Amino acid sequence: MKSKKIKGAEIAIKCLERAGTKTIFAYPGGASMELHQALIKSSIRTILPRHEQGGAFAAAGFARATGKTGVCMATSGPGATNLITGIADAYMDSIPLVAITGQVPSALIGKTAFQETDIIGMTRPIVKHSYLVLDVNDLPAIFAEAFYLANSGRPGPIIIDIPKDIQQALAVPDFSCKPSVRAYQSDHKIDKSKIEEIRKAIKQSTRPCIYAGGGIIASGAADSLKKFAEGYNIPVTTTLMGVGAFPENHKLSLEWLGMHGSVAGNNAANESDLLITLGARFDDRVTGPTATFAADSKIIHVDIDISEINKNKKADIAVIANVKDVLDELNKNPEKGTYTDWLKQVNAWKKEFPFSYIPKKNKILPQEVVESIYNATKGEAVIVPGVGQHQMWASQFYKYSFPRQLLTSGGLGTMGFGLPSAMGAKIGLPNKTVINIDGDGSAQMNIQELGTIHSEDIDVKIVILNNQHLGMVAQWEDRFYGSARGNTVLENKNMKRPYPDFVTIAKGYGIPGREVYKKEDLEDAIQEMLNSKGAYILDVHVEYQEHVLPMIPPGASYKGILTK
Amino acid sequence: MKQHTISVLVQNKFGVLSRISGLFSGRGYNIESLSVNKTNDPEISKMTIVTSGDESIIEQIDKQLNKLIDVLKVTDLATGDFLERELILIKVATTTKDRSELIQITKIFGGKIVNVHKSELAIELSGKGDKIQNFIDMMSEFKIIELVRTGRVAISRRPGPTEDYSNL
Repeated sequence: MKSKKIKGAEIAIKCLERAGTKTIFAYPGGASMELHQALIKSSIRTILPRHEQGGAFAAAGFARATGKTGVCMATSGPGATNLITGIADAYMDSIPLVAITGQVPSALIGKTAFQETDIIGMTRPIVKHSYLVLDVNDLPAIFAEAFYLANSGRPGPIIIDIPKDIQQALAVPDFSCKPSVRAYQSDHKIDKSKIEEIRKAIKQSTRPCIYAGGGIIASGAADSLKKFAEGYNIPVTTTLMGVGAFPENHKLSLEWLGMHGSVAGNNAANESDLLITLGARFDDRVTGPTATFAADSKIIHVDIDISEINKNKKADIAVIANVKDVLDELNKNPEKGTYTDWLKQVNAWKKEFPFSYIPKKNKILPQEVVESIYNATKGEAVIVPGVGQHQMWASQFYKYSFPRQLLTSGGLGTMGFGLPSAMGAKIGLPNKTVINIDGDGSAQMNIQELGTIHSEDIDVKIVILNNQHLGMVAQWEDRFYGSARGNTVLENKNMKRPYPDFVTIAKGYGIPGREVYKKEDLEDAIQEMLNSKGAYILDVHVEYQEHVLPMIPPGASYKGILTK
Repeated sequence: MKQHTISVLVQNKFGVLSRISGLFSGRGYNIESLSVNKTNDPEISKMTIVTSGDESIIEQIDKQLNKLIDVLKVTDLATGDFLERELILIKVATTTKDRSELIQITKIFGGKIVNVHKSELAIELSGKGDKIQNFIDMMSEFKIIELVRTGRVAISRRPGPTEDYSNL
């Protein structure tokens, strides 16, 4: 039987099916409608976001929640440029994402055609790799390569830009072709002598501290990390991206470190004599000035990406490998240290400086809301915040116990991340309670996705910690600019109520909700939200009254940490 | 700030040059000279990049280059013994009075007269960067009409290829 020629668009969708894609977040347009036509006949569930940026975040949210590669699609020009923020966000946090963009027909490229942009050029610094398809016969190899690259080694986003004429061209697809990435190394053999070096360093150490990042989660090494920490008796602090990599209720947990991290985490990392860095990258929000960070520590740095070694902080022992492989090797014959004085010190810090706040009579504090959600969900929900003060409180006052439980925009710090990412996460985790804890600023940046959530029947719970401010910037204004408000107030003086009315907006999209003004109503409202079938929005009025603490001011070392 | 000559073997694919130049510009690193062309294997091109920076910058350049999917091999030639050449084509104004002097200097430098016109000569010269610079300085005693200078190309002195990529 002679194979039938099919359209490039159909080949592309078949490639997605072969890559295991079950859901795509795709917004159509002139240069991608061929692909949407092909999707009609496909088993892939197509979800129409209400903005391409929402689609990119949803796809990445799905990837963050599941570890599988997320897929989004947009048309050329504005469709493609609207994806960019989501792609940059995925790049910063090493999230496997394949973004497909339609492009004007090849013959029109470079002619300033209608809805033409050089999306490959625009996204070059924020992708792991990208492809402009110039021959329909290349599609199977390009897709195979793209999915392989996105989710191997250090994961990251990949763009495939497909001109319309390639989508329309007819060909017999050859799916047998293998990806040809000659020099790309996704796996690294472990140098056994390095393992011995690490063991020796641990043995010589009196104040060891594990600093674990998102690499633990990406490599599925949470169990190995627990075994390692327990086996060697070493306390663990994680990065924000590493939250959930180690259970926060564990006696060796110091929760997370950095600008708004725990005192114990920051102190332990900085005053350790051995800092065991596992899949983390010495981000400036963790280290402050790198010269003063862990200044007297011997630094072990395990990372799968060689370019992270010595980039921000010089490593004394560097291992380029999958962090899980290294931990499993170290776990073969652990040597449990006692570190009596050190652990005593660390526990004293934990006891003296837990994440805390002073409750107020008759006022709902944002921290309390997060704690109430934690209690009501028994600590089992997946939390997806936006970016700002509420993000920090959601990270501090919910106690995380498993990987991929906190999905947050760590590197790029993108407002508007929460709602669409939660939507993608819920698609990937249909049996989990997924809660988007958002700020009133962040929530408005992708609020149109309420439409997607309702149309697609996605059960996302939304809690807005509504303080009528861009709280994090306002906090900096309070601390460093004499409280002069530079466009950080969201309230509308002409309205006699907090602005906007989120519950009414949600109603317009068909989503029920409730406002909470009184402390005594809070728990009941959270229960109502959790008991409701389907999406629900809870608008909690918390006033602008609190600062995120602790706080290490920019430019300061851990010694400058503010706790009030 | 030491100067480094970095040899980069890349897959001869669409957009590779812009990925590499973007890697430099995005980090504020400077490319002092660059030359690119196909190797004897048409699927592979070689770039020779001259850059400068302290140790940590060069280390990052090396690692970031290696991270690009289309890059096969990166060799910092500063760490070994290598041959390097640049090429110039230069047009110099001349009259009957100074023509023979011009030709004589060109000969001393081992250059070639590649085009002759009654009021100007075109000269081709290859060599190490400092020799080229010396020649240009000499020529500036005359009137330089136009000068083009290639980026550096380099190759290791030891037997065998500068970089082994047979296993890739």
